[in-house]
Amino acid sequence: MKTIYEKPQVFTDAITTYCGGCGHGIVGKLIAELIDELKLQENGILVWPIGCSCLSDRYYDMDNFMALHGRAPASATGIKRADPSKFVLCYQGDGDMVSEGMAEIMHAAIRSEKFSVIFINNAIYGMTGGQMAPTTMLGQVASTAPYGRETLNSGYPVQMAELMATMPGVVYSERVTVTSPANVAKCKKALKKAFELQLEGKGLSFVEVLSPCPTGWKMAATKSLDYIDEVLTQVYPLGVKKDASKEEN
Amino acid sequence: MGEKVFMQGNQAMAESAIRAGCKLFFGYPITPSSEVPEYYAKAMKDRPEENIMFVQAETEVAAFNMVAGAVSTGHRAMTATAGPGFDLGQEAMSFMSAADLPAVVVEVQRPGPGDGEILAAQGDYFSAVKGGGHGDYNNLVLAPYSVQEMCELMQESFELAEKYCNPVVLLTDATLAKMRESVVIPDYKELPKPEDITNSLTGKKGREAHKVATCGDGAVQWEEFNLRLQAKYKRIAENEVRYEAKNMDDADIILVAYGSMARVCESAMKMAREEGIKVGMIRPISLWPFPDVAFEGITGKKFLVVELSAGQMVQDVKLAVENKRDVTFFGKLGGTTPSPKVVLEQIKKLV
Ligand SMILES: Cc1ncc(C[n+]2csc(CCOP(=O)(O)OP(=O)(O)O)c2C)c(N)n1
Ligand code: SF4
Repeated sequence: MKTIYEKPQVFTDAITTYCGGCGHGIVGKLIAELIDELKLQENGILVWPIGCSCLSDRYYDMDNFMALHGRAPASATGIKRADPSKFVLCYQGDGDMVSEGMAEIMHAAIRSEKFSVIFINNAIYGMTGGQMAPTTMLGQVASTAPYGRETLNSGYPVQMAELMATMPGVVYSERVTVTSPANVAKCKKALKKAFELQLEGKGLSFVEVLSPCPTGWKMAATKSLDYIDEVLTQVYPLGVKKDASKEEN
Repeated sequence: MGEKVFMQGNQAMAESAIRAGCKLFFGYPITPSSEVPEYYAKAMKDRPEENIMFVQAETEVAAFNMVAGAVSTGHRAMTATAGPGFDLGQEAMSFMSAADLPAVVVEVQRPGPGDGEILAAQGDYFSAVKGGGHGDYNNLVLAPYSVQEMCELMQESFELAEKYCNPVVLLTDATLAKMRESVVIPDYKELPKPEDITNSLTGKKGREAHKVATCGDGAVQWEEFNLRLQAKYKRIAENEVRYEAKNMDDADIILVAYGSMARVCESAMKMAREEGIKVGMIRPISLWPFPDVAFEGITGKKFLVVELSAGQMVQDVKLAVENKRDVTFFGKLGGTTPSPKVVLEQIKKLV
């Protein structure tokens, strides 16, 4: 019999705690595939946030650092500066990155830290029960915006991929999603690019993933995918926002 | 032996850290600690062969979390700050103790609360010694009282942090940080390999995966996690008590002071003895674990605790002595340090 698909080797046998239809699991699998393909298991350190992905150290059979809420880019800085020979991946949700840790991600970009960042934008706080995030859409209902987010009180959604593209220290910034097989393939391509740029010693590489949270959105899994394609992408357009990888630096 | 130089406290301490193999410094400037980052920033450029890395962090929050990341790789790393910055680092202190990370943090005390002043004080005893952050954890806290001792305890801090897999706070103050003294700078140290540091993240090549994680998984697992931490703190408490006791045998009055205040008290003790008042002194060097043993079995003597605070360490002294009615406190707030004469007056009130 011919094997057409195998579980990535870096994965342990642990079962994830993600809800059905969650985007974390899809991106998590792409990360595992790339770790195998680029042979990063023995020379990599994964830095995880606090949020629904905070048990990820159980899923990857490699060295893991579970950072404090929002501080993953600071701890990743410490790791990469201490040992630049390591592949360092910094993974964050939108509450973690854009709220609690906005200073840390901005300054990692300002300093042009030489690691890769994956940003899971699900426009809500998943882990803590569906509270409003800085990325929550205007009008979107959240447990701390029970009648929908309004600008008067809570301002505007933050476009991280565009913001990072304005930073000279960022070498690559792209926004992708995981709503279809084609989009998943594009997501993997973006992640691979980001990882390879790090391996080449370039500056911070950034990939934002629009990711479904059916539980936080109180929406069926399939509906969640439509919500991303039809609503979220209006405020968060997909595509490469910056590619300075060909420029001399 | 290393060479003898005349050097400022902060700078001597920074040089001592470099010689202890601490090549990584992450920090945010704050008086009276800024000479430490400045020293590292200069050394990084002037001494390229030593591979020194200095990063000026955006905040102390970031600096402490950078240190956490750096030490997780098995390399020595540290930060230096004063009270307001130490406050911002508390979440990371709790995390690093829980995560078994051997970080070293210098805290140069200045008077608070609030924005405060930039003079000498000892009002951050509670935040350093009692934990400051959330949950049941302890920092190892060492309090030097001379530039020489700052250099020596700096070296020891790294060794203790690695031995117990726990953060160490070197608690100094503006007077010690800014004063110049002649000091023998320690020699360069042979370092453990990053791979040999417990649980270091060096990539899982040839071994099981390592992880730095402090996320609970239900009450049973989390109680077990906590009990393991408590066993660590117990080991430290049993083995790492440090203090100095002077003129104790015939003393009627025992001064208790640490850090720069202990220097003043030493002079006051001499003056008192010249006048025939029998004064001794206990100087805690490890503030956590507190040297309870130094007070054991002493009865019928009076203790005068002197601090640059409204009375913080005095609480630990009261817990350690047989009879807490024997304990008197004298403190000064705001940034002035009482002279030996002023302390002598306090001693005389007890005669
Ligand atoms: C200092 C601190 N504040 C608040 C929290 C509580 N908290 C944990 S996760 C989280 C938000 C998670 O949302 P997000 O980053 O979007 O990740 P998701 O769960 O959606 O993947 C919050 C507020 C915390 N752990 N630490
Ligand atoms: S709450 Fe949302 S983000 Fe968290 S696991 Fe469930 S679907 Fe995923």
